[in-house]
Amino acid sequence: MTSARELIFFEVTQNRLILHSISLPNIGKFKQHTMLELDSVSKKVGASLHINNISLTLEKGSLNVLLGPTLSGKTSLMRLMAGLDAPTSGDIRVDGQRVTGKSVKQRNVAMVYQQFINYPAMSVYENIASPLRLKGESKSDIDKKVREAAELMKLTEFLDRTPLNLSGGQQQRTALARALVKQAELVLLDEPLANLDYKLREELRVELPRLFAETGAVFVYATTEPHEALLLGGRTATLYEGSITQFDTTIDVYNSPVNLQTAQTFSDPPLNTISVRLQAGAMRNDTASFGALIASDKRVPDGQYTLAFRPHHVSLTQSPTHSVAVQATVGTSEITGSETYIHVNCAGAHWVALTHGVQRVNNGNDITLYLNPARFYLFNASDGSLQHAPSFNTEVA
Amino acid sequence: MAQITLDKLAHSYLPNPKSDADFALKQIDYVWEDGGAYALLGPSGCGKTTLLNIISGLLLPSKGNVLFDTADVTHLSPEQRNIAQVFQFPVIYDTMTVEQNLAFPLINRGVEKHEVKKRVSEMLEILDLTDKARRRARGLSADEKQKISLGRGLVRYDVNAILFDEPLTVIDPHMKWQLRTQLKELHEQFNHTMIYVTHDQTEALTFADKVVVMYEGEVVQIGTPEQLFDEPEHTFVGYFIGSPGMNILPGSVSGNTVNMADHSFSLDRHYEPISGTTEIGIRPEFIHVADAASAGANGMPLHVKAVENIGRHKIVRGSVNGHNVDAVIQEDANVPAEAFAVIDTARLNVYSNSHLVRGSR
Amino acid sequence: MDKPLNNKAWFFVLPVFFLVAISAIIPLMTVVNYSFQDTFGNNQFFWVGTEWYTDVLSSSRFHDALLRNLMFSGIILAIEIPLGIAIALSMPRKGIWVPVCLILMALPLLIPWNVVGTIWQVFGRADIGLLGHTLAELGVDYNYATNATDAWITIVIMDVWHWTSLVVLLCYSGLVAIPEAYYQAARIDGASKWKVFRYIQLPKMQRVLLIAVLLRFMDSFMIYTEPFVLTGGGPGNSTTFLSIDLVKMAIGQFDLGPAAAMSIIYFLIILLLCWVFYTLMTNFGVDAPEKEVD
Repeated sequence: MTSARELIFFEVTQNRLILHSISLPNIGKFKQHTMLELDSVSKKVGASLHINNISLTLEKGSLNVLLGPTLSGKTSLMRLMAGLDAPTSGDIRVDGQRVTGKSVKQRNVAMVYQQFINYPAMSVYENIASPLRLKGESKSDIDKKVREAAELMKLTEFLDRTPLNLSGGQQQRTALARALVKQAELVLLDEPLANLDYKLREELRVELPRLFAETGAVFVYATTEPHEALLLGGRTATLYEGSITQFDTTIDVYNSPVNLQTAQTFSDPPLNTISVRLQAGAMRNDTASFGALIASDKRVPDGQYTLAFRPHHVSLTQSPTHSVAVQATVGTSEITGSETYIHVNCAGAHWVALTHGVQRVNNGNDITLYLNPARFYLFNASDGSLQHAPSFNTEVA
Repeated sequence: MAQITLDKLAHSYLPNPKSDADFALKQIDYVWEDGGAYALLGPSGCGKTTLLNIISGLLLPSKGNVLFDTADVTHLSPEQRNIAQVFQFPVIYDTMTVEQNLAFPLINRGVEKHEVKKRVSEMLEILDLTDKARRRARGLSADEKQKISLGRGLVRYDVNAILFDEPLTVIDPHMKWQLRTQLKELHEQFNHTMIYVTHDQTEALTFADKVVVMYEGEVVQIGTPEQLFDEPEHTFVGYFIGSPGMNILPGSVSGNTVNMADHSFSLDRHYEPISGTTEIGIRPEFIHVADAASAGANGMPLHVKAVENIGRHKIVRGSVNGHNVDAVIQEDANVPAEAFAVIDTARLNVYSNSHLVRGSR
Repeated sequence: MDKPLNNKAWFFVLPVFFLVAISAIIPLMTVVNYSFQDTFGNNQFFWVGTEWYTDVLSSSRFHDALLRNLMFSGIILAIEIPLGIAIALSMPRKGIWVPVCLILMALPLLIPWNVVGTIWQVFGRADIGLLGHTLAELGVDYNYATNATDAWITIVIMDVWHWTSLVVLLCYSGLVAIPEAYYQAARIDGASKWKVFRYIQLPKMQRVLLIAVLLRFMDSFMIYTEPFVLTGGGPGNSTTFLSIDLVKMAIGQFDLGPAAAMSIIYFLIILLLCWVFYTLMTNFGVDAPEKEVD
């Protein structure tokens, strides 16, 4: 694939914006692929359960996203994977070999954190070379690999500088280059782009997974942002209060969340929800009617449900797809230039409507929203489990 | 509340700036209207925080003056300027309760006791913190702490302006939405002049009536979100606003014919001859991906490299005659095997030496 | 279920365990043993129960020495903590003067106790000491060897000179860790200098202050070398602190039993007071969600 061998960087330094476009050379020969298994792993710290019975299998050469809010256990889980912490119970296996309790040093792991962590007293060159020096590689090998990685990360001109004299983006790229030369079997990235500029983040986010995919490592990326998970692709595990609620292909988790919790974790802007009663195929609550439930393979019995749909499935104009009309009151609206976010109050629920183009609506006015029933989710009112999901066209060229 | 005038303002962190490059903030003249919601948007190091600190009085500019209404406040301290500021990391007084935090700026200014009480309970109501009024502030979550920092400004009613320095940095995505909406509602309710510094385009565009885009210490465009989206005055604005940013391709224009990536289109407007490097800018939202049958004469063969399904829509990354082109298509749309990029020529912009050139109809 | 995953860790703790055992626990147990027995030499011991404890606790000699200790520690904390905070506050946070100040502050800490005692002993002598002589010239009747107040003043000054730097350095480390935004926010809120100190600097220094208070209390409560070198506990018994008395009793009079009982009491007092300080200072200002604050 050509795209995997091409890397684009936008670099925003103190005084310049530089666009780099380079192609990827091979960094030596890569090791045998590995696989990471977590078997009913739990981690307790004092009385609080940080990780609650997680079982996961991460495939060789795969990209895995851990998506969850702050304190949901992403970092704790990564520390367990890395071997920085030992689980309270459960096993961790690499290629079927038990590594639980093995120290980080004995395992070939690379980790990059949200904070830019480099050796402050060493030059960028020495920073990148450090894992190779530990391995005891020959001087010429080290020099070759460091220069290749630096070239790849566009750090060649900064090799003699110390990290603190670099911009945030350059510092983080130094950390990434160090992780790259290590040719680790397991690469853990803990919100690596969170402290970078929005635009720089956007560029790196696209190129980063491709870069590491080349190494054939098991690649784990933690983030709080649904948007980031979608851009990265691969597979996503959604975390909530120390448990994994779902683990599947990213777009499938997004399209068919197993429960309301997962759907909410994986929605930005937040998912719109309302409590409804399903009776004879029609959904309504005390004040509004939400039309008929579109039939699917699975029959949904009558009863109380949580109706949910995403903000971009709301329209201000009626169309064959957007056929369910509901009355709402405008709270406030935000215009981004290409889209308008309208915050509304509908039958006691706070919703966001993400509409195309510039829509001018007055605060406090009543408006009619048109919902797309083909995009409705129904969740069980008591346990939040998915009862009905829309069918999506997920084909990718 | 006040109108804020920046009069020939410039700043350098060096004691004796010589060339233009020595200035972290190059000369800016601008009037911030009373009651407006503004955003200062740009990458780190563009001078936006410098400008904010000059307005708040934390930094004395090397050149020029800051006026609140008609009074020159350039040499006044932050407390004398009567402004409020919310910082990147929540600043709260750890040992005080939520209530005491909100009362602090009032007590410092000698406001009467019963008036303090009244305003604080009002502010608690507005910020949804009434049930936590007597909790120690240090035990609260990041978004609640940020609300307190904001409340300490709002509680003073008469502040000339409220300044925000990347206030949502440490807030989770879900809470970001809530806080931002609340901020917007507060602005509509109180009509304070608000200035919001950020590198995040979504935050800037959704918050502000007018966005000031900064780059290398210079203001490159001031406009409404629509203006920035539709007619970026500089290729940097085109790239920086929108995700993915605007496609910028080398090209040429003569009269009402534009040529880009070896394809020619006729426009509904007319251009005078352009000197300098000519580039054509087109937003990914205005590139339609079609198959051979529906592409028509305006279709350019698109070599598709990748399609990213980001849920709300799909991003098609490809190239036309070797030039990288991004396009945005609907969530349920498919990319045909033989794809063509069809450009909405009405939304196409022409740039000369990176600056926008407008045609005449 | 919660069984440790790696038993190897214990092997690493073992050497430390032995070291502590040899240097602390075994001597302590020996002392405990002595404190319940009497001896007339020849390694013959008799069980006397808690007799030594009642003796010591009821003796005015012990009461006086304990009072002296408490007074001394009180004075030391009352001077060194505020003075240390004040100096730390006035030190520069940025620029070339930072290392200069830090080195100046660190200098007294490098000097051993007995040297400090000797320096001041000579410094204060009326015949050859710079301070003593100057004071005598000025007509001030100063003599630490005969005047109890003068001896106390000298010891307090000695300790303040020697140890305030420690408080300064600890407080300074707490101060430089406060982000600039706090000061900016306080200025915008119109807070006075005092309020900045009270609501920002002091709370942020709480942890280091706790360490400073504990260290200075323990150290000053165990004061020995300075009064010993200066006057040997005199004039009279005016600077005979518990430690000096203990040594007199154990080594001078060879009263091992009462001395042992006294050291155990001494040890328990320090432990108790440290615990009191610790609880007081950690509970101060701690968030308790269920507890409402007025």
